[in-house]
Amino acid sequence: MTRNETTIYTPESSVRHPLMMLTAMTRDLFACRGLAWRFAVRDIRAQYRQTILGLTWAFILPLANTIIWIFLNRTGIVNVGETPLPYPVYVFSGTMIWAVFMDAVNAPLQQTINAKSLLTKVNFPREALVVSGIYQSLFNGIIKMSVLLPALLLLGVYPGWPLIFLPVGILSLVFAGTAFGLLLTPIGALYADIGKILPLLMQFLMYFSPVVFPMPETGWAAVLFKINPATPLILTTRDWLTGMAPEYTALFFGVNLLVLAVLLLVWIVFRLAMPILIERMSS
Amino acid sequence: MNDTLVKVDNLSKKFCRDLKRSLWYGLKDLGDELLGRSHSSDGRLRKDEFWAVKDISFRLHRGECLGLIGKNGAGKSTLLKMLNGLIIPSEGRIELKGRVGALIELGAGFNPILTGRENIYVNGAVLGLSTKEIRRKFDEIVDFAEMEEFLDTPVQNYSSGMRVRLGFAVASHMDPDILLIDEVLAVGDVGFRAKCFNTINNMIERTAVILVTHSMPKASRVCSDILVMDRGVNVFNGKDVAGGIDCYYRQFNVGEERVGGSGKAIIHDVELESNGVMGIDTVEHLDDLVLHLDTTIDGEIKTPNISVLFINQEMQDVAQCSSYFNEQSFYNQGERWRISLTLRKINLNPGRYSIGIAIHGKTRIEILARYQNIKVFWVRGKHVGFAPVQFQGEWNFTKAIDT
Repeated sequence: MTRNETTIYTPESSVRHPLMMLTAMTRDLFACRGLAWRFAVRDIRAQYRQTILGLTWAFILPLANTIIWIFLNRTGIVNVGETPLPYPVYVFSGTMIWAVFMDAVNAPLQQTINAKSLLTKVNFPREALVVSGIYQSLFNGIIKMSVLLPALLLLGVYPGWPLIFLPVGILSLVFAGTAFGLLLTPIGALYADIGKILPLLMQFLMYFSPVVFPMPETGWAAVLFKINPATPLILTTRDWLTGMAPEYTALFFGVNLLVLAVLLLVWIVFRLAMPILIERMSS
Repeated sequence: MNDTLVKVDNLSKKFCRDLKRSLWYGLKDLGDELLGRSHSSDGRLRKDEFWAVKDISFRLHRGECLGLIGKNGAGKSTLLKMLNGLIIPSEGRIELKGRVGALIELGAGFNPILTGRENIYVNGAVLGLSTKEIRRKFDEIVDFAEMEEFLDTPVQNYSSGMRVRLGFAVASHMDPDILLIDEVLAVGDVGFRAKCFNTINNMIERTAVILVTHSMPKASRVCSDILVMDRGVNVFNGKDVAGGIDCYYRQFNVGEERVGGSGKAIIHDVELESNGVMGIDTVEHLDDLVLHLDTTIDGEIKTPNISVLFINQEMQDVAQCSSYFNEQSFYNQGERWRISLTLRKINLNPGRYSIGIAIHGKTRIEILARYQNIKVFWVRGKHVGFAPVQFQGEWNFTKAIDT
C-alpha cells in the first residue's frame, strides 16, 4: 500500500474486472513475501521449541509408517507384490515423498484456521498464509530428504546425477499439495466437516498412489492409479531419488501444468472467499 | 491539508442470525461472486437476515477524528470491519485514500512461545511494516514499551499489561493516513494509558481517525465529529460533539428508581426548584438549585443525617452534599418533615444527572433509606466540556512589562 493509493470497497465482484484483479493478486503476492517469511519462521520456531525431539518430528511419522509396512509385508499379513526396488527402499522413499505432499495439502486449511483471530482483526495480504504454508512444507520437505538420502545410501541405493532434479520433484509435490489443500480451504473454513474427513481422504488417496503398493498392472485399481494425478509426481520424484529411469516424465510435466492452472484458479476462489469466511468467523 | 481521506456512501451490511443458514448463504455468496455477480446482490433480506449496518454515509478529512458511538450491537464494529477491508459491504461504497492502519487488536500475531524480540518482527510484519522498517524502529519500539530486560523472554511469561504495551509500541510505529481504533486503550496502568493517549493525539493531527468508543469523556476530548448508531442506522452525524453525545445518552434509560435501606425512613416526594419555579427538570449552568424533600423518619432516630448524591451519564458519582459533613442537624421525633437544600451556582458540566438520596442514623453505617435515581434533571449550558465540573473562573489578564 503506497501513499497516495486509493482503496475502494464495493459489493461488486472483482471477477468483473479481471485485469484489475490480476494486478491486485500480483501486487499482494509480491507484498506478502516478508510477512509469509515471518509467519513461517514463527511457526517453525514455535513448533520445535516446545519439543524434545525437535526437527526429528519432521520424519518420525513417515519412518514409523515405513516400519509398519515393512513388518506387514515381511510377515505376509499384506502381500504387496513385486516392487521395482527392494521393498524397504520403495516404501521408505514412498512414505517420505507422500509426507511432503500431505504436509502441503494440510497447510492452507491449517494456516487459515490458526490465523482466525488475526484474520478477523487485521487486514494483511491473505496470500501470506498460503505462501507461509508453502515455505513450511518446503522446509519440512528438505529435512525429510536430508534424512532419506543418507538412509538410501546406507541401503545401497545410489541416485547418480538425476538427483539434481530432486528439488523440482519436491517443488511439484508441494505445489500440487497446496493446490489441492487450497481448493478445500474455503469450504473447509466454513464447515468443520472437511477438516475431519481430510485425514481419511488422504489415507484412501495414499492407497491409490504408488506409495506403499507398486503400480498394479491390471484391474480397476490400475485405472485408479493411472488417473490419480499424484502418481506421476510420486513416481518421478522417487526415480530421481533412487537413480531409476523415470517413465512418466511427460505426464509429470503435464500434471505440473495442470497444477499451476488449478493453483491460479483456487487462489482466485480463496481471495473471493476470504471476506465471506471472515464474516462468519467469530472474532 | 484539507483533503478528504474517507468517503463512505450509503453503506449497508446484512448478517444472518442463524449459524447453519449463514454458512449456507456464505457458500451461495461465494458462488455468486465467482460468477461475477454482486456480493449478496439485491437489496432484499433473505430468511433470518437483518441489517447490521444500514445506509451509513460520511466524509472525513485529514486531522479530523470521527467518534463512532452507540449501544452494544449497534453495528459499530461491523462498520469498522468494512472500513478495514475485512468484510465486503452488501451495498454502498467506501473510498479510502492512503495507507490504512488499525489499532483493533494489540499484539496481533503474537506467538506466546516466542520471545518479545521475535514477536516484534511478526507483529510489525502483520501490520504492514517491512523488516527494514522494523529494524530501523526497533530500539524506539523497545524504548516505548519500556521492556528491554524482558526482550528475550517468551511472551507467554509476560503479564497481560506487558503484552499490550509491547503490542501498542509496535502499532504506534505505523505511519498511516487513516487510523481505525476500536476501544483498545482501556488497558494497562495509568502511566501507560497516558502515554497511549498522547501518542494517539499526535497521530490524529496527521491522520483521519475513526474511533469506536464507549467512553464519552474520551470522545468529547478527541473527536471533531460524532456518528451515533442505533441498530445499524445513523441517528446522529455531525460536528456538534456535545449534541451527539447527548443523543447517545438519550438512548439509555437512567434506570429504575431503587429503594433500599432498613426502611425506618420514607421519602414521600422530591421536587426541584430553580429561579423560583417549582417542579423543574432543567437548570441553567451556574443557576441555583433547590431540592425539596418530603420525608418521615422513625421516631427512635433522634438525629438523622441526609446525603444527596449526583450521578452523571457516565454513571460516575460526580458530587455529593451531606448534612453530616455540613454539620447541620435537626431533632426528629417521628414527624413529617419538609426539608429544603439549596445548592448555589451549579457548575456541573451540562448534561443529564440523576439524584440519589440516603438518610442515615447517627452512625453513618446505619442506612434508614436509600433512594437511587429518585430524580433526574438536566444542566443546560452554552458550552459542554468533558470534565464533570466546569468552573466559572475569574480571569485576570495583565500584560507583563519588560523591565
